Amino acid sequence: MTQTLEKPAGTATPVDTKPPKQRRNADGIRTPGWLYVVMAVGLFVVVVPFLWMIVSSFKPESEVRAIPPTWWPHEVTTENYDQLFTRLDFPTYFLNSAIVALAVTLGNVVFCSMLGYALAKLEFPGKRLLFILVLGTLMVPGVVTFVPLFVLTTNLGLTNTLPGMILPFLAGPFGVFLMRQYILGLPDELIQAARVDGAGELTIFARVIMPLCGPAVATLGVLTFLTSWNNFLWPLVVATSEDKYTLPVALALYAVGQNATQYGLLLAGSVVVVIPVLVVFLLLQRYIMQGVAMTGIK
Amino acid sequence: MSASTGVVDPTRRGQAVAGWILASPFVVLFLVFTAGPVLASLGMSFTDMRSTDLRSPFAVQFVGLDNYVDLVQDPLFRKVTLNTLLYLVLGVPLTMGVALAVAVGLNGLSRSRGFFRVGFYLPVVTSIVAVSVVWKYILRDEGGLLNAALGWVGINGPAWLDSTSTALPSLVVMAAWRNFGTLMVIFLAGLQTVPREQVEAAEVDGASAWSRFRFITLPALRPVLLFGAVITGIGYLQFFEEAFVMTKGGPLDSTRSVTFFTFDQFGYGNYGYAAAASYLLFLAIVLLTFFQFRLLRTKD
Repeated sequence: MTQTLEKPAGTATPVDTKPPKQRRNADGIRTPGWLYVVMAVGLFVVVVPFLWMIVSSFKPESEVRAIPPTWWPHEVTTENYDQLFTRLDFPTYFLNSAIVALAVTLGNVVFCSMLGYALAKLEFPGKRLLFILVLGTLMVPGVVTFVPLFVLTTNLGLTNTLPGMILPFLAGPFGVFLMRQYILGLPDELIQAARVDGAGELTIFARVIMPLCGPAVATLGVLTFLTSWNNFLWPLVVATSEDKYTLPVALALYAVGQNATQYGLLLAGSVVVVIPVLVVFLLLQRYIMQGVAMTGIK
Repeated sequence: MSASTGVVDPTRRGQAVAGWILASPFVVLFLVFTAGPVLASLGMSFTDMRSTDLRSPFAVQFVGLDNYVDLVQDPLFRKVTLNTLLYLVLGVPLTMGVALAVAVGLNGLSRSRGFFRVGFYLPVVTSIVAVSVVWKYILRDEGGLLNAALGWVGINGPAWLDSTSTALPSLVVMAAWRNFGTLMVIFLAGLQTVPREQVEAAEVDGASAWSRFRFITLPALRPVLLFGAVITGIGYLQFFEEAFVMTKGGPLDSTRSVTFFTFDQFGYGNYGYAAAASYLLFLAIVLLTFFQFRLLRTKD
């Protein structure tokens, strides 16, 4: 991890994902060595909670509560993880989280692409109003809708069901905004050429536009998946029995409930919640960075 | 968008039909799960609706502004409002300051920038609940990592989450740690738009690194900074999960936020009261956003 830091002015190391294009930074100024040191220290401070979480989850409970705390486990054990699967039903929570996150991701990718294309490239009555509504929705805090949503969910008989957790998040304004921004950048000539060839409007969307939206779909997919996986407030309200808990709900309820004193168990639970997300993120981080920068700056 | 003429244009008709077909799934979901609830919430806030009324909706009474009047006079609501403002005024500058510092640092690197960027972004993608569990453990009085580290330099750290004076700032620091990555990426992208010739010219003229930053970089980043302030402010106004897991709103309600209060009232079954509280929060968010976009526009 510190491999790249030892020789800042030296040759490229294998750790670098991309070959350095230039020895100078964006402003054309040579990077001073101390900046690498400062950034490395900062990075360590930022990631140390994760490192400690992972390391401590392999300590026996007695060592987790040791004063002063130990850094490296004196005794490595998987007992915390064993308990997650024997005493608690973590596989079920994991499955619930995965089903909800995948369904929400699929819905957002499909529905937001459809509206995003319409807003970017088609002329139809009500288009401006629709776009303003989408932007306005970005400001609505989740807490405003949740009381009526709960009443609605109850009336539909969807409390304590996975569809009850999925439906309200199936199409969000962020995705529409992101897809619209991306599709705006695609050339109009493609669409006009397809029209001249006699293709219908929906065919153009499905066959001409969507195949070009790979990067935007990847961005939207990853971001939606992560948001849904980490979503807490709504699943907490909807899930009333243990077999419908998602991972964050289960973890939070154990953390504030009777098990609050079992740190080892809670840390192992946190690892199980965080690791899949870290894997997805590290594999697809390129798309996330693009998406954040793309929607952040028009 | 040209105005339609009297002549019926087949492409235009086709576009209108396709546009609405493509929009319809989103519009239906939006009406049922967003627009409907937003309006219903407003309506509920003028009633005395309780959870027991779910089965007998005709027992619900219109009470006018009573809920809002009660909220303003509720000492707990005043307290959570004050707490939420504290989250806002402490959290936004801290988060933005850290994000800007890291973004400028990253921008100064000539290699390994991607590696550092990914590392600094890690906390953003992780579950608030999971990191709250970890931080609760790090901030423990005895046996916590922070106080152990402070002990090496001879400082006797307090029980961060057990005191009314340190609990809220501790949560703000944790939230800043979790949230700065998003802003960092946005600021980093903004830094690419800083006119390079000006920076180079200023360097040739002998301007110090600080004055180059102060007089060239910062003004160029203004729109990005204001956008960052808007989204960060909206986030802190809705502060909830960290307090729920780490302090349960305590000690003595010192970390309870407006969203937390609304959640509690909902749990007690006071739906009308909860809706009114959530609408006051919504109003605060709209006002903050409007105010900040006005600021943004004045310079454009």
